[in-house]
Amino acid sequence: MNTLTRALMGATALCALGIAASAQEATTLTIATVNNGDMVRMQGLTDAFTEQHPDIELEWVTLEENVLRQNVTTDIATSGGQYDVITIGTYEVPIWGKQGWLVPLNDLPAEYDVDDILPPIRAGLSVDDTLFAVPFYGESSFVMYRKDLAEAAGVTIPDQPTWDDIKAAAAAMNDPDNGIYGICLRGKAGWGENTAFITTMANSYGARWFDENWQPQFDSPEWKATITDYLDLMTNYGPPGASSNGFNENLTLFQQGKCGMWIDATVAGSFVTDPNNSTVADQVGFALGPDSGQGKRANWLWAWSLAIPSSSDAPDAAKQFVAWATSKEYTELVAENEGWANVPPGTRTSLYENQEYLAAAPFAQMTIDSINAADPNSPTVQPVPYTGVQFVAIPEFQGIGTAVGQEFSAALAGEKTVDEALAAAQELAVQEMTTAGYIQ
Amino acid sequence: MSTQASRVAARAMLSPTVLLLLIWMIVPLVLTLWFSFQRYNLLYPDRSGFIGLSNYLNFVSAPAFWGAIINTFLLVGGVLLVTVVGGIGIALLIDQPIWGQGIVRILVISPFFIMPPVAALVWKNMFFNPTNGLFAEAFKLIELRPFDFLGQAPLGSIIMIVSWEWLPFATLILLTALQSLSSEQLEAAEMDGAPPVKRFWFIMLPHLARAITVVILIETIFLLGIFGEILVTTNGGPGTSSTTLTYLVYKEALLDFDAGTAAAGGVVAVILANIVAVFLMRAVGRNLDA
Amino acid sequence: MSRAVTPARKTINTVLAWTVALILFFPILWTVLTSFKPEPVAVASPPVFLNFDWTLKNYYDVERQRDYFDYFLNSVIISLGSTVLGLVLAVPAAWSMAFVPGRRTKDLLMWMLSTKMMPAVGVLVPIYLIFRTLGLLDSRIGLTVVLMLINLPIIVWMLYTYFREIPGEILEAARMDGATLSSEIIYVLTPMALPGIASTFLLNVILAWNEAFWTINLTVTDAAPLTKFIAGFSSPQGLFYAKLSAASTMAIAPILVLGWFSQRQLVRGLTFGAVK
Repeated sequence: MNTLTRALMGATALCALGIAASAQEATTLTIATVNNGDMVRMQGLTDAFTEQHPDIELEWVTLEENVLRQNVTTDIATSGGQYDVITIGTYEVPIWGKQGWLVPLNDLPAEYDVDDILPPIRAGLSVDDTLFAVPFYGESSFVMYRKDLAEAAGVTIPDQPTWDDIKAAAAAMNDPDNGIYGICLRGKAGWGENTAFITTMANSYGARWFDENWQPQFDSPEWKATITDYLDLMTNYGPPGASSNGFNENLTLFQQGKCGMWIDATVAGSFVTDPNNSTVADQVGFALGPDSGQGKRANWLWAWSLAIPSSSDAPDAAKQFVAWATSKEYTELVAENEGWANVPPGTRTSLYENQEYLAAAPFAQMTIDSINAADPNSPTVQPVPYTGVQFVAIPEFQGIGTAVGQEFSAALAGEKTVDEALAAAQELAVQEMTTAGYIQ
Repeated sequence: MSTQASRVAARAMLSPTVLLLLIWMIVPLVLTLWFSFQRYNLLYPDRSGFIGLSNYLNFVSAPAFWGAIINTFLLVGGVLLVTVVGGIGIALLIDQPIWGQGIVRILVISPFFIMPPVAALVWKNMFFNPTNGLFAEAFKLIELRPFDFLGQAPLGSIIMIVSWEWLPFATLILLTALQSLSSEQLEAAEMDGAPPVKRFWFIMLPHLARAITVVILIETIFLLGIFGEILVTTNGGPGTSSTTLTYLVYKEALLDFDAGTAAAGGVVAVILANIVAVFLMRAVGRNLDA
Repeated sequence: MSRAVTPARKTINTVLAWTVALILFFPILWTVLTSFKPEPVAVASPPVFLNFDWTLKNYYDVERQRDYFDYFLNSVIISLGSTVLGLVLAVPAAWSMAFVPGRRTKDLLMWMLSTKMMPAVGVLVPIYLIFRTLGLLDSRIGLTVVLMLINLPIIVWMLYTYFREIPGEILEAARMDGATLSSEIIYVLTPMALPGIASTFLLNVILAWNEAFWTINLTVTDAAPLTKFIAGFSSPQGLFYAKLSAASTMAIAPILVLGWFSQRQLVRGLTFGAVK
């Protein structure tokens, strides 16, 4: 008895020592993030965080978006436990949250002011009112255009354009002999690339991915009208090789002054107006995503967000980090170091009430209007069984969305006609949805 | 060559190593086979169990499947053709007495040292890009509209990148073989008045047969597994025009996260690869017998 | 090699050979050049070759974003480690196959090679699970073993073909003198096969250095080599050609330089039995 007690006491003491020792050791957070400008900037500013938290060390894994998604998904789905903070989007958060793969973030401190997060973004990152990720930056999509070219061509682009306005403007500004193309749109295949853009366009044309019984709808006249117009725009007024242009390629083209218009992420607003990188910085105008008078505009909703995998061994330290990186304090830190125009946009109401920001960022008002115009819970004209604007929030969408994007990309490259591409899209979507058990 | 005793000793000492090798090679195969009969999608952890041949049916009935097989053959065949023919040409050229042979050889083998992601990124962005690439500039120079390589000729462009990576390997092996050809033989033929074409066809080519076989065999092994270059440059598109079998497996594994179907795809790929290997052995394997 | 050639013929051949060599080398040269350009110059039209403001800014930017040396060190450890480990296993195995061949030796070799034809991506998930269970994820040891395994068939085959060219009588003579099996391998065979072993070593260091599937998918930070380093630069926002070129140059330079300096050793044994 006596020996047992002593042994127990000894063990307890050892445990206590162990705990004390590990508490003194620095916690290392492994943070996986995409190689976007805002994230790279964050890495440069983390000294401010580590000074406040000397016991936390940060290790970064910065990867191209697709590689990041592969690595992180593999790890989180197998509980690999390699990451403490991951950068994911509004597509993954609800799906992974439901699986129990993410740590709930309902207990953030009061000074974090969670109610300040823009309502559409917050809704997109929650499952049943439980927040599973905090937004680092949020975006919708809008029209960026060259004011000088529009003026020279004698066209005006209204703040709330229709697709007819866009077609007319593209035709008027197109001047390929001088290396200027009327419109640049995404053509590179991928669910997060051309499929995202074309889906918003389809939404505004009254099309939808699935009907209420999960039956794919690519055989509908609305889809045909969408793809026909998309191809007309791109083959007549688009840059060469558009079938391999994604966000980055188009950004480069626009910054070099080669595009009359570009419909893409609102986050590009700060890049195209940055005189250090853009040759057309003072000539850019902004307008809402176009519509066709059916009540839905072509603009998406996305937020690169920070989440904590359940398999993380340091969730508390991770929480401190994600709260810091998405705080008002961080926004001010960026403003101080890099200027207001470069703060991560689209996450907080307070930012859009800040006069300094509104003055420094000509795209700010149009960004917030675009975000507010997107409704992930009712993305289409006709009813649908899914949520998500430019994606369908089901796990199968990555595969189907990319395969469908490939068909559109083939049509853009001239390999297939509109009808062939849509028929192929319909066939593969039916097959995948049947395999996955949605269609009985 | 050896006594019975040394034979036994050799076996006893070496069988553990060979056995280890075998185990190491069998483990992935068995795992793949096992998973190929399981329902196992990473995104649906609650769905699991034995599902028979469903994964195989799933993989084989994908709309892109047959096209992918054809593309795989085109890719492997195309690269083999370019590297063997090009390799023979370059080897013949370097084998001649020239000034600066050492430097030329260094320049020629350099692409072999480049890691595939770098090669693919450099070619895609700095050469094939239809607005900023060097090829586009070359087209502009002769007043043509830039050609969109990756959009209009995706498989051809990929063949070009991969051939660039493997041409040095083929050249080196063929060059070594060429240099082992006795010059007396060639000189004798020259004395007999045989024209260069005949000398090449009847003396050099038969001598190179073994080396060509080796090049084909080794390259095929590596080329069948290629997908990094495709992923970086075309993502298998446009449509499915540059989707190969390996890329299709990648799509199942890392886009759909369907580990079961991906495993089935892996098994299908390995079966097809072995059919090719057997065919290859039958056709040219005699050359390998020493 | 001592064929008489007229100077005119030699000149033509030289010009031809240099042209081909420069075309093949050009993408590398262009990447290195671009890495010293300011970003806007990198996409300038018409392209600029040498006449620009040379800058080291891209290298500075790349290094500031990522700690190059950590990745470099991992690449060195993993490629050297896997090659040495592979040779230790393969030399005795190849010896056995070459000098004490059985009826099935050739089939065994072919089978080993054919396992390399399995698409790695098909086994990613099972391997990931095994690695997680063994605690090998993001570890240099785990990656070293994997790379050793995937290159082992090539190592064995290369050594096998090289050993076969060594006359068996020499080994027998050594045995007559009372050499044991291990001393026979170490003192007689290895010195004779040194060119083959050196070449196998170099080839496998190159293959391991450039392997870009397992190295990207089984690592996070601690064991991440240069392939993972590059995966972070593939398409960032905005102009990136110059930075991509700088990162590419940093990733390929070490192995390129090694290749240049050791190309004679590499070539000498790189025959795969192709030469009689």
